[in-house]
Amino acid sequence: MIPSPFEYVKVRSVDEALAALTEHGEDAKLLAGGHSLLPIMKLRLAIPTVLIDISGISDLSYVRVDGDGPDAMVAIGAGTRHFELERDDVARTEVPLLPHVAGRVGDPQVRHRGTIGGTTAHSDPASDLPTALLALGGTVVLQGPGGRREVPVTEFWTGFFETAMSPDEMVVELRVPRTGSIGWGYEKFTRRENDWPIVAAAAVDGRVALANMAGSVVRATATEEALARGASIAEAAELADQGTSPGADMHADQEYRRHLARLLTRRALETAAGV
Amino acid sequence: MSILGTRVVRTEDPLFLTRGATYTDDLVDDRLTGALHATFVRSQVAHGRLLSVDTSAALEAPGVVAVVTAADLSDLVPLPPPFPFINQEMTRPWLASDRVRFVGDPIAVVLTEERYQGEDAAELVAVDIDPLPAVVSTADAARDEVLLFPEAGTNVMASFGEPAPADFFDGCEVVVTQALVNQRVAPVPLESRAAAASWGADGRVTVWCTNQGAQQARGQLGDWLKMDPDLIHLITPDVGGGFGAKIGADPEYAFVAWLAKHVGRPVRWAESRSENLVGMLHGRGQDQVVTIGGRRDGTVEAYSLVFDQDCGAYPRIGAVLPTLTMLMAPGVYGFPKVHSQGRALATTTTSIGAYRGAGRPEATAAVERAIDLFAAEIGMDPADVRRKNLLPAFHEPHTTPMGATYDNGDYTVALDKALDAAGYADLRAEQARRREAGDARQLGIGLSVYVEITGADNGAGTKEAAELEVHPDGTATVLTGTSPHGQGHATAWAMIASDQLGIPVEKITVVHGDTDRVPEGGGTMGSRSLQQGGAAVHQAAGELIELARRRAAEKLEANPEDLVVDLGMAGLAVRGTPGVGVTFAELAADDRLLVNTVFNANAPTFPFGAHVAVVELDVESGKAQVVRMVTVDDAGTIVNPLLAEGQRHGGIAQGVAQALLEEVLYDEDGNPTTSTLADYPFISATELPSFELVEMSTPTPMNPLGAKGIGEAGTIGSTPAVQNAVIDAAAHLGVRHVDMPATPMRVWRAIRQAGHNASQEGN
Amino acid sequence: MQVSITVNGEQRTDEVEPRLLLAHYLREVRGLKATNIGCDSTSCGACTVIVDGLSVKSCTVLAVQSDGAQVTTLEGLAGPDGELHPMQAAFRAEHGLQCGFCTPGMVMAAIGVLADNPDPTDREVREGLEGNLCRCTGYHNIVRAVRTAAQAGPAAGQVPQAQEVEA
Repeated sequence: MIPSPFEYVKVRSVDEALAALTEHGEDAKLLAGGHSLLPIMKLRLAIPTVLIDISGISDLSYVRVDGDGPDAMVAIGAGTRHFELERDDVARTEVPLLPHVAGRVGDPQVRHRGTIGGTTAHSDPASDLPTALLALGGTVVLQGPGGRREVPVTEFWTGFFETAMSPDEMVVELRVPRTGSIGWGYEKFTRRENDWPIVAAAAVDGRVALANMAGSVVRATATEEALARGASIAEAAELADQGTSPGADMHADQEYRRHLARLLTRRALETAAGV
Repeated sequence: MSILGTRVVRTEDPLFLTRGATYTDDLVDDRLTGALHATFVRSQVAHGRLLSVDTSAALEAPGVVAVVTAADLSDLVPLPPPFPFINQEMTRPWLASDRVRFVGDPIAVVLTEERYQGEDAAELVAVDIDPLPAVVSTADAARDEVLLFPEAGTNVMASFGEPAPADFFDGCEVVVTQALVNQRVAPVPLESRAAAASWGADGRVTVWCTNQGAQQARGQLGDWLKMDPDLIHLITPDVGGGFGAKIGADPEYAFVAWLAKHVGRPVRWAESRSENLVGMLHGRGQDQVVTIGGRRDGTVEAYSLVFDQDCGAYPRIGAVLPTLTMLMAPGVYGFPKVHSQGRALATTTTSIGAYRGAGRPEATAAVERAIDLFAAEIGMDPADVRRKNLLPAFHEPHTTPMGATYDNGDYTVALDKALDAAGYADLRAEQARRREAGDARQLGIGLSVYVEITGADNGAGTKEAAELEVHPDGTATVLTGTSPHGQGHATAWAMIASDQLGIPVEKITVVHGDTDRVPEGGGTMGSRSLQQGGAAVHQAAGELIELARRRAAEKLEANPEDLVVDLGMAGLAVRGTPGVGVTFAELAADDRLLVNTVFNANAPTFPFGAHVAVVELDVESGKAQVVRMVTVDDAGTIVNPLLAEGQRHGGIAQGVAQALLEEVLYDEDGNPTTSTLADYPFISATELPSFELVEMSTPTPMNPLGAKGIGEAGTIGSTPAVQNAVIDAAAHLGVRHVDMPATPMRVWRAIRQAGHNASQEGN
Repeated sequence: MQVSITVNGEQRTDEVEPRLLLAHYLREVRGLKATNIGCDSTSCGACTVIVDGLSVKSCTVLAVQSDGAQVTTLEGLAGPDGELHPMQAAFRAEHGLQCGFCTPGMVMAAIGVLADNPDPTDREVREGLEGNLCRCTGYHNIVRAVRTAAQAGPAAGQVPQAQEVEA
């Protein structure tokens, strides 16, 4: 199967990309790794008339520490591909949850193409990296005609394939706190190794995020509050599905998804705690 | 030393590994120059009245040469059911005219200059359908409230057998009944369907298609298109897997030939995977009820298997599968009383055909589950219950209560070999330890013992043709009616000829899948190839030696009895003087050295084996992982262990896939929800362990090679072994049964339900 | 649009539609038919090729995205004298293919696996090939083939034409 026809624009800078977005309006889509967009275009579930290829913007691929001390953040360029993040020494030292989760996305060929900015902008509720980013906290850095702005990750993913981003903006960077030696856990439940998660749970530093338990990735706030009150991991994990609204599909109905959210949260928290 | 039984690497592989094989969609052929591309417009509605098809917008689209609908088919009559015992009103239209019966039913075809134009134009064909209620399950179909073929008056395609007598289980101390689902699965050969057709000025048509039997397909095309089969040259190029789903021509193949005539240009068609998952035959699809009765000492006295076969919308091989399931119902067991009854039913879904095992895995899955249920009921080890009921070893043909005549078998030895190799006692000890400790990961041990029928009469008899010629340059050519699509016949048939003639394997070319060169043949299906096609090559080599002996005797002025085959010189030598004589090549230089022969086995063979599956079950999530597969698969004499093992590996994997993962699903409106490989959980490398194969060989007397079939055995054995293992892992929690595929949700729910039941009993 | 792509060491410039998939470019424009297409959903990996040193699924890459790229397909692996690449040789020796349809993609993905990890365990091979489906072999002999190829040294994880797979 093949996509419907479209116009293709290759850009070399963020400014060029933003100009193209402004010029072509809402019919245009940014193409980074293309591994979320092209499959749905082949099935003709998405029919953009213009594709703006941003993969040639070379200065969007980096992982670095910004600032120092406890306020220092790890900045990841939106064009960083999953395999680059997986192997990045800075990321492994400063925020080890992220490279681990990057290595759990799809399969090697997908990780060779997919970018963290692309998966962030796509806002699939079953995405691995947004789940990890949400657990880590931090911000999504957007750039638009009016300049740059930072949106907290807790406010970025607003629904099923929906974000707080305007159509004329693009993701240029992800900023997450350094976690260093703080324990973390990631539990991804699939039937096959390279499937999208039926449910996933990321835990780090008292925060827990869940994949596929609502229209977007969500935080398990009841669990986090219980932990803050001093509840045990087992007690807190029992609250993980509170406030979520999971869907039903052939792999899991709502009841089972809720069970998995509680189970995976417990396991992720235990791993994070070194239990 | 004979080359037979040695691990000869495949002669096919250098080309496959450097340039790739040449599948139908890869063909570059002068006859296909200027070919149009066909794109089918298929129904998106499971069941409904077709009110209108508007092709006007599509006809205006770039590159469109023609859009064909049912209105254009005045010279074609609907396809009759493939078997006489099926309700004859259940015919299949080439393109839907007044009714659609499944999502995927062809409605129109768009012909375009370029491949990419086809998808664009197909979207522009406007189809108006007035929906009717879908018939998704066999239970819905059996109610006959909504009929797919109102003129037939029923959804029952065919019925087989009678109900069990009322007193069938009288006298049994224990009787266990269980409903089982042997779910619908998709065969998914990696190469989807493809065809191409080109008409010559001589009125003959050349059709290329991806299929498991060129000769059978040619006959069907002749029947359907009302053509003399001699006017059809059917070629199966390299074929990217079949697994039963490429048995028999699909209507689309004949239609491509018709389209090429209709527009006066060659036509090609290659479906996408999404089209394949609704358009190609599915497999399995039985709803079964097993009842097993016997004594508390483990002796089974009576066994019954009653089932409904889902056949999909139009009758294909699925409609005949019940006969195979019934025939093999008792499997390896010597139950004194056996009953089976089946029905074939139409549903508004993709048609069911053959899939690796085709009717026999369903029988084995039922009886192996029944044995475990019986064992659980009486509290006996399932291995012991099996031993107690297995047929004793037999070396003369044995006829079962269902009328199958098994050639030979030693099932107890097969079971013991598998249990020994697996370390059964140690596994049970480890299982007990984990149960005692309350581990989250519990161990499950599943057994199955199986026998299957291979090389059965598939309508074309039990025979196969072979032609063998030695050429003056010392090379040889084998023509075979088998149709390899991964099995390695080019290598194995060359080995068989080489073994008798002394001509090196690499100098022997095997030709197949071209009806002008090989007009007669039975194809590759039902694990028949080696025992019939390979045996035919063996027979041809023997006949060629006799022909050569007569000619050599004349040439050398020697007594034919004094001439013996000299493998070293690839010819005939005078007895007692090795190397002195005449080579086959020299004889071929005088006159063509060629024989044609037909080998008729006259009877099927019954390979058997035993599998032990070990799974780790996460009892908190319900997810099972297969950690070991230990298998005994006795296929008689092995010609090439490398190839035979490959067949076992692939078969085992497909069985694990059915037990744990794969299922074709429809929603209540008959919409498929597993129509891409992102949704259909095709098993991947990470869900499988490496396999532990145990050798056992009981040659059959039914052919000179001693070979039984091996293509399907692995699947038949592994499916129930894995299912039983998953259930065994949760048996201590009270779980008695989980249907396939044993998905995490299904297992989790069974464990929870068992817990509820136990707590209620405790109250 | 014009694209200039080097395939198996040979550079060419072609006029293509923007929506042309790299897999179709290789098969139809360049006439290299070894690369197969087995699904529509980036699931099966039959179309895997090496692009600029990395294994990718060519059904999910546009030809225009590959402008200026170096692509290696199965046809580009063997030496000029027909000598098999170590991965090809291992697949043959271990009977790692049957019908052959998944094979071109599987071989290219397997080279990628060894590029990342020159001496993987069985489990690591299975995880490395999680994006490639095979219906015939049950993966058993494919895993063996990759382990066997690893014994041949670094060449098993590299493609010719000096386009080394990045580690």
